[in-house]
Amino acid sequence: MRNRQATKLLFELSKPGRRAARMPRGDVGDAAVEELLPAECLAERPLPLPELAEPDLVRHFVNLSTENMSVDTHFYPLGSCTMKYNPKRNERLAALPGLSGVHPYQDESTIQGLLEILFELQEMLAEISGLDAVSLQPAAGAHGELTSLMMAAAYFRDLGDRRRKVLIPDSAHGTNPASAAMAGFRATTVKSTADGYVDLADLDQKIDEDVAVMMITNPNTLGLFEPRIRTISEKVHAVGGLVYLDGANMNAILGVARPGDFGADMMHFNPHKTFSGPHGGGGPGAGPIAVDRRLEPYLPLPLLVRRDGRYVLDENRPKSIGRVRSFFGNTGVLVRAYLYLRTLGPDGLRRVAENAVLNANYLLARVKHFLPVPHGDRCMHEFVASAATLKNDKQITAMDIAKRLLDYGFHAPTVYFPLVVKEAVMIEPTETESKETLDAFAEALFRITEQPGESLGAAPLSTAINRPDEVRAARKPVLHWTPPCDGS
Amino acid sequence: MPYILNTDEDRRAMLEAIGAASMDELFEVVPEAVRLTRPLDVPSALSEVELTATVKRLAEKNRPAGEAVSFLGAGAYDHFIPAVVDEIASRGEFYTSYTPYQPEVSQGNLQVFFEFQTLFTQLTGMDVSNASMYDGGTAATEAVLMCLAAAPKRTKVVTTTSVHPEYRQVLATYFENLDAEVVSLDTPTGAIDPAVLANVVDKQTACVLVQQPNFFGCLEPVEEVARIAHEAGARLIVVVDPISLGLLRRPGDYGADIVVAEGQSLGNPMSFGGPYLGMLACREQFLRRMPGRITGQTVDHEGRRCWVLTLQTREQHIRREKATSNICTNQGLLALRATVYLSAMGPAGMRELAELCLRKANYAAERVTAGARCTPAFDRPFFKEFVVRDRRGRVSELLASARDEGIFAGVPLGRWYAELEDCFLVAVTEKRTRHEMDDLAQVLSRSTSERTVVHA
Repeated sequence: MRNRQATKLLFELSKPGRRAARMPRGDVGDAAVEELLPAECLAERPLPLPELAEPDLVRHFVNLSTENMSVDTHFYPLGSCTMKYNPKRNERLAALPGLSGVHPYQDESTIQGLLEILFELQEMLAEISGLDAVSLQPAAGAHGELTSLMMAAAYFRDLGDRRRKVLIPDSAHGTNPASAAMAGFRATTVKSTADGYVDLADLDQKIDEDVAVMMITNPNTLGLFEPRIRTISEKVHAVGGLVYLDGANMNAILGVARPGDFGADMMHFNPHKTFSGPHGGGGPGAGPIAVDRRLEPYLPLPLLVRRDGRYVLDENRPKSIGRVRSFFGNTGVLVRAYLYLRTLGPDGLRRVAENAVLNANYLLARVKHFLPVPHGDRCMHEFVASAATLKNDKQITAMDIAKRLLDYGFHAPTVYFPLVVKEAVMIEPTETESKETLDAFAEALFRITEQPGESLGAAPLSTAINRPDEVRAARKPVLHWTPPCDGS
Repeated sequence: MPYILNTDEDRRAMLEAIGAASMDELFEVVPEAVRLTRPLDVPSALSEVELTATVKRLAEKNRPAGEAVSFLGAGAYDHFIPAVVDEIASRGEFYTSYTPYQPEVSQGNLQVFFEFQTLFTQLTGMDVSNASMYDGGTAATEAVLMCLAAAPKRTKVVTTTSVHPEYRQVLATYFENLDAEVVSLDTPTGAIDPAVLANVVDKQTACVLVQQPNFFGCLEPVEEVARIAHEAGARLIVVVDPISLGLLRRPGDYGADIVVAEGQSLGNPMSFGGPYLGMLACREQFLRRMPGRITGQTVDHEGRRCWVLTLQTREQHIRREKATSNICTNQGLLALRATVYLSAMGPAGMRELAELCLRKANYAAERVTAGARCTPAFDRPFFKEFVVRDRRGRVSELLASARDEGIFAGVPLGRWYAELEDCFLVAVTEKRTRHEMDDLAQVLSRSTSERTVVHA
């Protein structure tokens, strides 16, 4: 069934003289380009782009699309990524010309409806976070982290306080330490206990008045709610530091607990996870942040505010860290978050959290007998199993399990993360899956663990390709197509 | 609840399998002291019918580009988007998938990223491209950070006021916490004066950041800029408008070390500033300092050609605080749109498009500045944008009166440049017709006569 002709590279399908797009006829004369631009600025040759007709193009890209697994086609329990269903109404409405056709520098009088949507979204995010002020600017979760840390740096600079340290638990996402470094801080790792929580003894050793921020993910990447979160926050506050919440796992606690209420001073949301924005094959996401009142003056420019019943982009904020991206924000993603929140309402949001947690616990209960879950019998929205025993006993690795699941028609869980679990298999089913799907997935997992380890090394068997040579890709990078006659 | 599948019966069966008495028991781990004991105070749920009506009402309060005649640009443009772009991008297999962690079931996305990387190197004449980043502004900043990392003893970055002001603001924000300085040279004549630049670029300079065509639409003397930068041992970063490359020399052909672009023009809606498409390509020697996702070609176990994410040892999930950047995703869907767009346009389409923009912009500039009120601010060749000076110095009134006539005439420049308080920037894409440009000229001159009458 695979159409190997249509899925050749665009450049191999190209034939001189073919074309898909034709421009309108000129209506302002045909002055020579050389009369309008200096000769030395002009290209000497036509661009070496491929030449294709529209039917070519469509068949090429449609066939390529069928080589992807996606939420629309498969169960996608990729831990930490919250691959929930992407509502179709959001796609239709976000594409309305009155929203998608707006230029970023239109006069405010011509975009009051859009600003109203964005302002209401800010208010909803403030309420969900239990914090005071929101900026919709950051382009992704990692960008929200960086923005918040730059705000923390400005806040302490204002206090005349040169704090350098950012505490980060060892189970955290890699973006946390990378963001801290980019904001000029030094990342210090805090250990986890055997049961997966922040090690308070280690925290006590590392906490001091040089701590600017503690970044914490709660529920953490093991899918556990940190029971001593208030104590941890109090310890950070006692030395004058700020608590940052990585909001990657907000899906578990919508309407159940609010970061502001458990001690966070700053946080980011991942609307592409929690609020159903499509992941787009890697993006776009967005990373709106919510902060405590003390940090509001430092929010990036511009800030969307309401004044006398009008919505205004406030650029006059002397303490702001400034601009962190061009234009306002990832509006298209933010509008989808607004649509999702308006569809669910307060009860719906709480039920999202409940069913996400129910689905994860159910799956945990189904698989723990044959795929051990080191951190207990209960979890929040996801859990991390370990294939360490299977690897010892039967030479079945986390990677083998991931690859074989593809043959059963399931996307693989996240594997080898978090780093604190050996042979980690991180499973996040989300609330938009049925018991039947979870049963079928558990059954597939069980059958895989029953197979002889040596037979799994060849998996997947049913996909278009099988275990690409990643070492070769990195050693001799081929990062673009080269014409065959080129020889280079 | 439209997106939850569990029935009451399912829930009972699942709780039983878990061994939990109730849903509340699952949340017992959340300490009582931090539990929310009331419903969230957010608006109540809407059905799809109500949601559609509500959002349509709000959308109709806006005046998008299609309802007014738009001459707005300044980094975001009203170019035409072919239907084939929307059609391909609306396939769920593309837009509901994620980062290709499992290459066996992500070859569609990976091949598209490989094609995207190839197209951007073809467009710019550079050696290697990543698989995209947030937007043009952050891509420019990341390029500067690459140059600083590549030359640890150099701590100066030279740019000019003819680079997009918001890009320079982003740079300033990121630099607040780093040991490096940014020098921004004035460009009172609308482009760089090479003699001034040569005085500032020195052995401390890590890189020179310029934009071609620049923020004012004017062409920069890029070859001389490249020579000045390289003679001092500094790198050259060029921000380009991808559409202009249908006509202009490619940055790789005049010595750029890193090229960045805002890819919104390549088939992506304006969407009030985002999500957009940051593009970054560089010379081979900087490859391992490049931020973001990169797709590479390899073979599988059976020798079949295929694609994977590669060079991941640069990235944050492995290198953590030592990573080249904290970026952990790309703008996959927008990169897909740009890939479809560029392959639909091809070399002939890109050339025709660039010629149309050039000729129309020149026509519009001539018409708009023919009257007594508006004059060109700079006497330089330009591509698709130009700066107009209002001799009466009442830019906001002038633009407001054009708005009343259904025309978004331009972006006022006073918000970024005190010396250009009486100026605005006009952009012309292939969508604008002669008739619309004549209307623009007329509206701008009519407000002259009205004003004359009022003040007579």
